[in-house]
Amino acid sequence: MLKILKYSFYDLLRSRWSYVYFIFYLFLGFVLLFLNNDMNKAVITLMNIIIVLTPLIGTIFGVMYYYNSKEFTELLLAQPIKRSKIFIGQYLGISLSLTLSLVLGLGIPFMIYGLSKSTAIFDFSLLILVGSFLNFIFVALAYNIALSTENKIKGFGYAILLWLFLAVIYDGLFMISLITFNEYPLDKFSLFATMFNPIDLSRILILLKLDISVLLGYTGAVFKDFFGTKTGSFLSFLVLCLWVILPLARMKMKLRKKDF
Amino acid sequence: MTSEVTKQKTEYLDSTKQGWRILYGFLLLFLFSTNFHAQTKTINVCASCKTKTIKDAVSFAKDGDTILVKKGLYKETQIFVKKSIHLIGEDYPVIDAENKTDSVFAISANNFSISGFKFINIGMSYTKEIAAIFVSHSKNFTLKNNLLNNVFYGFIIQSSKYGLIQNNKVTGNAIDETSSGNGVHVWKCKNLRIEQNTITGMRDGIYLEFVNKSFISNNTSKNNIRYGLHFMFSHYNEYHHNEFKTNGAGVAVMFSKFIKMHHNTFHYNWGTAAYGLLLKEINDAEIYENIFEQNTTGINIDGCNRINYKNNHFIRNGWALKFTGGCYTNVFEFNNFMHNAFDLSYNSRLNDNKFEANYWSEYTGYDLDKNGIGDVPFRPVKLFSYVVNKTPETLVLLRSLFVDIINFSEKVSPVFTPDNLMDNKPLMKPINPLE
Repeated sequence: MLKILKYSFYDLLRSRWSYVYFIFYLFLGFVLLFLNNDMNKAVITLMNIIIVLTPLIGTIFGVMYYYNSKEFTELLLAQPIKRSKIFIGQYLGISLSLTLSLVLGLGIPFMIYGLSKSTAIFDFSLLILVGSFLNFIFVALAYNIALSTENKIKGFGYAILLWLFLAVIYDGLFMISLITFNEYPLDKFSLFATMFNPIDLSRILILLKLDISVLLGYTGAVFKDFFGTKTGSFLSFLVLCLWVILPLARMKMKLRKKDF
Repeated sequence: MTSEVTKQKTEYLDSTKQGWRILYGFLLLFLFSTNFHAQTKTINVCASCKTKTIKDAVSFAKDGDTILVKKGLYKETQIFVKKSIHLIGEDYPVIDAENKTDSVFAISANNFSISGFKFINIGMSYTKEIAAIFVSHSKNFTLKNNLLNNVFYGFIIQSSKYGLIQNNKVTGNAIDETSSGNGVHVWKCKNLRIEQNTITGMRDGIYLEFVNKSFISNNTSKNNIRYGLHFMFSHYNEYHHNEFKTNGAGVAVMFSKFIKMHHNTFHYNWGTAAYGLLLKEINDAEIYENIFEQNTTGINIDGCNRINYKNNHFIRNGWALKFTGGCYTNVFEFNNFMHNAFDLSYNSRLNDNKFEANYWSEYTGYDLDKNGIGDVPFRPVKLFSYVVNKTPETLVLLRSLFVDIINFSEKVSPVFTPDNLMDNKPLMKPINPLE
């Protein structure tokens, strides 16, 4: 598995897209800090970008890599290696290279601008951690989609749809349900609903750490009571882990039966 | 010849007569003044003086006397003053009330002053109003340069007029609203000046109820657990150049008419139930040149009419302006709205307020003719802020992509937000930007 991981990892590191992605983040970080020296504000802006962009790039990259390296994978499958090892290796390779681009791309400019001395270091590391989680989650989801659909175009379509659903449509449904049922106490419900969407969950996790959280009023207080405690943050990270583990488990199941 | 001599003589006599008269006059004046001087005296109070307590000094004193209290520790309360006397502390003599439930000075007199004392440990009571200085039914008084530490109420002034409360420092250790008092508590007064005081750690910094025609200026009120300034049923007042910082809920101005508020700074009133300024049932006020920075809500406007807002700065607040209840014919001109999470929250679809020529940092329009005024009107109410108004729980969706999308679509074609609520002449550059 490690060998395959190493192979995909180096393969991706050599690829142009990783560089583009890395340079994009590097550029973004520098521009943000250049325009606005306030690190706290830069973290807020970055949050908006990371929440939307990392899932999108993760899904697209995952699907693309699967379809592109399909022939090579089939070649590998002919060798006496366990299927799950091949795919988990590939999966980790993509996720790690994406995470590396994210961490280095944003870490370098923030380090240069004196992150280690700033008060924003905790928020920033949380942001990077959440971003990495999102990478792992969405690459896993993308691999699931790619494994289930032979047709390349269909696969891409589903991947985009998945991203669109979790990033936009889910929030829309969430908002509509909140408005429709606003006669009822909804704080427990909204707590529950955010857990089911990794993008919402990461957004709330970061939002509550920023001072803007007082705007959330009563619901915010309920959220803070939950996420602020040790069990709350443990639970939310557990949910994020589950979002990685469950797709991987499904991938394994799928692999057992799949006919290549 | 002789007639000339007699004339000269009479002239001379006249002039000497006049001289005598002047001399008499001076003498009389001198006599009177010395007499006057003899009547007012200065009583010294210290541990080694003849008069050892302030209470004794007050009982000896007559109208117009000065009581000079030397440095030292005086454990006294219940000093009743009904005379026009001047109490002066030298090098801040300490008056320790030892947490007894009595005021130190209880005064009802005209023409008096208290300055230069340090009051400590005023006791707390759930039933009585206990202050370091309790003034009632008085006229023409000055309370200045006093230090008040660990007090329940600092000053209580009631049914009085023409008073000056200046340059005092009041600090308390308020923990909750029920067991704490106000720094300067004024009830039913007229023509007061409250200036240059610093008030921290009380319930309300300055509390005014039924107070008219007064000036509150250059005060600093911070870290109070409820309001920095609390204003009820008080008309024709003016407050300016004050600083209100990190108070529990900010500043509340309620049920008052014809108030001027200018050059004040409201900042860091940050909490789930906080705001910079709460206006409730205020009519005909002028609010200009104020700074509202990093408050949960900059101004909470509830049922206020005919108010002019001009040249104010709203910087990085949660909500810059939040309208609740019917507000009519308010005018917002030449204000800066910068980097607020929401510029405006509006509760109805009817708009009778005027927003014109403000600077909005979220404005994305253009200015083709380069006259400094944007060519496209700006709509300060976003759809999301409308939704949040209806269902506050939806705020958990703050900063999600979906919210950005619906805001954008509403901006393009407004359906839910009042369509005449817009700034027709949004400015391209901020007015008098702060450094």
